[in-house]
Amino acid sequence: MSDESTDPKHLDSGEGAPVPDKETDSAATRTDDDPRSSDAAQHTGGGRVVELAGADSEPVQIGERRGMFGATRGQDTSGYGGLVTPTLLPGASPRPYGGYYDEVADVLATALEEGAGFGAAVEKVVVDRGEMTVFVRREHLPSVARTLRDHPSLRFEMCMGVSGVHYPGEAGRELHAVYPLLSITHGSRRLRLEVTCPDADPHIPSVVEVWPGNDWHERETWDMFGIEFDGHPALTRILMPDDWPGHPQRKDYPLGGIPVEYKGGTVPPPDQRRAYS
Amino acid sequence: MTTHDQDTVHDDPATSPGLDPSLPGNDPYGASVDDDTEGARVFTVSGGDWNDLVDEATALHEERIVVNMGPQHPSTHGVLRLILELDGETVTEARAGIGYLHTGIEKNMEFRTWTQGVTFCTRMDYLTPMFQETAYCLSIEKLLGITDRIPERASVIRVMMMELTRVNSHLVALGTGGMEMGATTVMTVGFRERERILRVFEAITGLRMNNAYVRPGGVAQDVPHGAVAMIRGVVGELRTGLGELEALLNENPLLKGRTVGVGYLDLTGCIALGVTGPVLRSTGLPHDLRKSAPYCGYETYDFEVVTRTGCDAYDRLRIRIDEMYESLKIVEQCLDRLQRTEGQPVMVEDKKIAWPAQLAIGGDGQGNSLDHIREIMGTSMEALIHHFKLVTEGFRVPPGQAYAAVESAKGELGCHTVSDGGTRPYRAHFRDPSFNNLQATAAMCEGSQVADVIVAVASIDPVMGGVDR
Repeated sequence: MSDESTDPKHLDSGEGAPVPDKETDSAATRTDDDPRSSDAAQHTGGGRVVELAGADSEPVQIGERRGMFGATRGQDTSGYGGLVTPTLLPGASPRPYGGYYDEVADVLATALEEGAGFGAAVEKVVVDRGEMTVFVRREHLPSVARTLRDHPSLRFEMCMGVSGVHYPGEAGRELHAVYPLLSITHGSRRLRLEVTCPDADPHIPSVVEVWPGNDWHERETWDMFGIEFDGHPALTRILMPDDWPGHPQRKDYPLGGIPVEYKGGTVPPPDQRRAYS
Repeated sequence: MTTHDQDTVHDDPATSPGLDPSLPGNDPYGASVDDDTEGARVFTVSGGDWNDLVDEATALHEERIVVNMGPQHPSTHGVLRLILELDGETVTEARAGIGYLHTGIEKNMEFRTWTQGVTFCTRMDYLTPMFQETAYCLSIEKLLGITDRIPERASVIRVMMMELTRVNSHLVALGTGGMEMGATTVMTVGFRERERILRVFEAITGLRMNNAYVRPGGVAQDVPHGAVAMIRGVVGELRTGLGELEALLNENPLLKGRTVGVGYLDLTGCIALGVTGPVLRSTGLPHDLRKSAPYCGYETYDFEVVTRTGCDAYDRLRIRIDEMYESLKIVEQCLDRLQRTEGQPVMVEDKKIAWPAQLAIGGDGQGNSLDHIREIMGTSMEALIHHFKLVTEGFRVPPGQAYAAVESAKGELGCHTVSDGGTRPYRAHFRDPSFNNLQATAAMCEGSQVADVIVAVASIDPVMGGVDR
């Protein structure tokens, strides 16, 4: 299928990466010729339901909104100023997740039994708006990632990068790294991994070993959010200059900008304009 | 080379949050502070004799030199900096340096409403504006839960615009790629044909590039009268022009000599590096999100996924040509559907999301239609209120996150959006295919000649606006 001899040396870490079958995208006609599949292919899918004991199905509060209309500048004369609305992100989802998500969760649970165990590695599973997010504890990210990539019934051979999100209101889990995964072998199945780390200790293990294509994506997330990906071959800034202070995409980093004068009026910079969010 | 500049005036002593207060200097966003050189060796470069340098290099007995190609170089496809280690004419190591076009679009989007974000993301990869807009809007629609309620006509227009954009992008890829190899006629033909598409864009959206045409819930406005006939004519003209390009390129011995076997990256390499798009399809894998994970109703169109098996720059070029024909096939199907759905809405019914504005050409070239103004000023106060609220405040999106991916001309373009329930994106991240695919530069170029680097990079077709965002 591929010529190993022409592989450049820096692709070494990805050499063992599974390669999707050229013939088809569907799982039905896929052939398991991979030697790795022999030991783990016994899983039949379904039948046993894994529940996470510690998973909290309560929504996660990341902040709160005051007042009725979202205005934060100036006096609120609406009478609704005392209204406090929590901002809630969806919590852990109960079974069944729907679609192929149950199968993915079952296979992952079985595959992880030999290692850390599903309950230890996975914090919670959130299915929201038809998308599945697996919250992985950061110390178990490399093993979970490798399992997701290599297990013949999972085969998430593509990781579409990593996107950071900064939630200053979520104490102890301020920084999130979000990994969208794609399985070409199983007909473009998608899955999302989410890993959190506290602002005070912004370390997450790198997945470049598993998905070499995440090299630049992790550098970007380090550049923009200050998440240090341990084990990355060269974690340097990529978009900002090397000596840039701060990490621009964090919420406590100002947008910057200057007021613009136009026809006698002054337009303030975007972050100082009236807002209703 | 001294960097001491004691006269620098720092007039903004205020420190900003989010920064390390221990950092020296008054201007935290300024360049590195002078104090860095304290105690360090200071080199002073003065004029020298070239012969001395040559003697020095000869004394080292090394042929190895490191060359910076770019960021201002006509053949590097924009402000891309290539750091090449050369042994004679052979590239022993290649690295790409990016970031020269970083404009902080993602950060800026967090300070505008969801709808205004379209205006920003359209400027990322400036050759594929419709793809960014659609990916962004699809992810917002997923967050809003209105994916199923997008009117058919809106999806048809989106598909048509995306496919025209794909042709547009591929034409530029071939044209600039050809120019970088010295084939100026390819460039002139490519840009001449692209001009036809830009004229279509101008007729429909009012702008040639950076259209901001696709909006959450649908598209900004319906296609104007006569557009269908115009596009039918353009499709025919494009077919002729593509034939001309094919005659110039396909069996051209010079082109084949430059591209066959150059920029080789096989399936293993592509999967390991997360490479998608024509580069992946040149390895024989028919991976196309339009087929494998359809969106906007792509499953109802008749087209083929083009693959070849050479894994090289030549096959990528041929794939791009064939893909343009497939895109034109889809555009023609869209035109039939546009005729069938004439008069149907192009925006979701929900009055809390859809911008009420109906644009029309006014005295100043653009503006609101008089009918619409008559309605909001004369007959419907609710419409006026909604118009005002939606334009100044925007609509709220329930908290959560979504990822939507489209098959852009360059590969998988993904958009990850997070909402905190406000009228603005809490976070919008774009997985630009050029950004990811550019990582393959080293794998494609190492061991080849310097001239092949140009061809290999051109076959990736990176657009730095999308890479750096």
